[in-house]
Amino acid sequence: MSDNGGGTDGGEKLMSRRDLLTAGLALGVGFLTREVWTGLPAQAAANGPTVAGLAEIPVLAPPVDRWQEDVIVVMQRDLQRALSKPVEKRHWGMVIDLQRCVGCQGCTISCINENKLPPGVVYRPVIERTSGTFPNVSKQFMPRPCMQCDNPPCVPVCPVGATHKRPDGIVDIDYNACIGCRICISACPYGARTFDWGEFYGDMVLGGPLPFEEVPSLEYGKVWVREAGKSPIDNTRKCTFCIDRLQRGLLPACTDTCFGRATYFGDLNDPAALVNRVRQNREVNLLKPEMGTLPNVYYLL
Amino acid sequence: MEVGNLADRRSSQLPVSPTSPPVVVAGVVVWLALFGFGLAGLYDRLAFGALNTSLGSYIPWGLWVSGYAWFSGLSSGCFFVSTLFYIFKVKQLQKVAPLALVLALITLIMGLLTIGFDLGHMNRAYRVFLHPNFRSVMAWVVWLYTAYFVLVIFETHFALRASLIHGRSLAGAAGATARLLTGGRREPLTGEEISRDNRKVRALAWIGIPLATVFTGGVGAEFATVAARDVWHTALYPILFLVGACLSGVALVTGLTAFFWPHRDDHWRMTVRLLGRIALGLLLLEVLLTWAELSIPMWFGVGQEYQELHYLLFGPYGWVFWIVQMGLGTLIPLILLVAGGGSCRATGWAGILVAVTFLATRLNLVMPGFFSPELSGLQYSYHDGRLLYSYVPSWPEWQLLAFVVALGVALYVIAVKTLPSLTGRDAA
Repeated sequence: MSDNGGGTDGGEKLMSRRDLLTAGLALGVGFLTREVWTGLPAQAAANGPTVAGLAEIPVLAPPVDRWQEDVIVVMQRDLQRALSKPVEKRHWGMVIDLQRCVGCQGCTISCINENKLPPGVVYRPVIERTSGTFPNVSKQFMPRPCMQCDNPPCVPVCPVGATHKRPDGIVDIDYNACIGCRICISACPYGARTFDWGEFYGDMVLGGPLPFEEVPSLEYGKVWVREAGKSPIDNTRKCTFCIDRLQRGLLPACTDTCFGRATYFGDLNDPAALVNRVRQNREVNLLKPEMGTLPNVYYLL
Repeated sequence: MEVGNLADRRSSQLPVSPTSPPVVVAGVVVWLALFGFGLAGLYDRLAFGALNTSLGSYIPWGLWVSGYAWFSGLSSGCFFVSTLFYIFKVKQLQKVAPLALVLALITLIMGLLTIGFDLGHMNRAYRVFLHPNFRSVMAWVVWLYTAYFVLVIFETHFALRASLIHGRSLAGAAGATARLLTGGRREPLTGEEISRDNRKVRALAWIGIPLATVFTGGVGAEFATVAARDVWHTALYPILFLVGACLSGVALVTGLTAFFWPHRDDHWRMTVRLLGRIALGLLLLEVLLTWAELSIPMWFGVGQEYQELHYLLFGPYGWVFWIVQMGLGTLIPLILLVAGGGSCRATGWAGILVAVTFLATRLNLVMPGFFSPELSGLQYSYHDGRLLYSYVPSWPEWQLLAFVVALGVALYVIAVKTLPSLTGRDAA
């Protein structure tokens, strides 16, 4: 009798080893993929909730109506609500509406004023782009604060760990730890970090600071007087989303100042916050999303 | 015995040798000028920080970071030359191995000084040791070159101990230095002690090879790991830094041996020729890697890297690439090494040219990362002298670099004068 893996036994055809294995494999695959070919939803198979099982259907937050209430007032309420949560439950974010920004640079100036920024340091420049030629020309203005990335490339490069991602989402710099190596400036894909070289606006006329330059900045809730050899001079600096103002229940200076109401700020973890609601039905963009930095500044086109 | 060519015979009977009084006087005058020029830069840095540099927030690194890459590369390259004898037993290099080790130490000091001066807060540099962030490549490099520094100090000590003890009886500064460095030890080392020292040197050299390799590649990785700078963000950068280090180190040892070795005998001639051949091989490899570094990103004329490299090659500072790096630093040394007939003078000049112009090569690796704005239009968004995409090193920057070079030259002269074994002038 030849052996081909099968054979006959009293006239009945026996399964060959290969046939047995094939049938077993088919049964196994079929069992594992039964949800696909039986049509049972995976959720039902896992006993998850169904629409019929909900007590009530969720209601979406109302769309933004700018004519009802000044958005600054709305955002201040959002801020108070966020500040009542533990710090790790908040996640600060910003939305900039590029259709409302007129390029006045008021945000740039108010930031400089608020943080007492010296020459060479800018936290929020406004990038202007012009396209087309006259008469078919258009201008676009794009303020660029620190993106406060969720995967910030500037944090791991610091050799002394002077820059950190806070629980509330802001990337901060410990001025007293920074050694001034400036690798974080190289690492930022947005050019958001600048170095304090120790210059004063009064250098040309007085050889030193003008009176207004002796007013300390209050970044990170501390008092910083600019003196040679001491931080923040010879430190890297950047936009902080005005942590010190937030701690006092105030919106960031740029948000407060923007008369075009182009800048929104708030807690991204709060679905009712204006900073999330304004992104309804708008084209939302991020800068360099392909880099995977996960910025927390959104742009509405 | 190899018969030297006419140029070699002439160079060993030069009417003006490197150690003749007129040359020495000229050297001292030049050194004093360089040192004085450099002291002004040191004062400026200590008194005013980085205030008088041309650096800015859009171009935060410049001459000093490139200088650090230059010196640290010279150091690891010189170290690798020493291992050719201490590990790989290339007998021809026995007499220059201690010199190469001392050069590794001196150039490392120069590199550490340069990068230290570049820090905004030099006094906080200790924080890299007490509060390191080991996700940072820079923290790793600092730890690695510190370990390498300690290793080179110990290796140099064990390599020179026997001849230092011999040198205690020498007159003048040489004897004083030997007595200082050997403490109370008066008796010459026994054969057993010399063997033990040699074993320690070998062991340290073995450890030093991977250490120097990782440290040097790490300097390149400090740039390469930065994803925000397209032209840096390539796996080639650590290799470029490593090969460049080997080339510049070999070139430095070649140049100094060719011109400042007192005994110009056949052994010296063959040593210089061997070093020249090694330098030639490394130079050809460097040419290949430079071709790869430039041609790959630029081939199709598109991309961020293309813009930056185009500016490097054809912008206002293209001459730094074409004339300094390619001309003086590559083409002329190649001609001297290939067509120089093996002459020690030609080989020496090739080595000096490569070693000195390597600063330009490092500048041309560092600076292109800063040529383009991270966001288009950023350069026009805010007008400030520190927010520009152009950079020319200021006089204080050059001055501080001159100070470090002058210090290095002084350390080299002191080392050679007080350690006769470094240039084959053994006391025994």
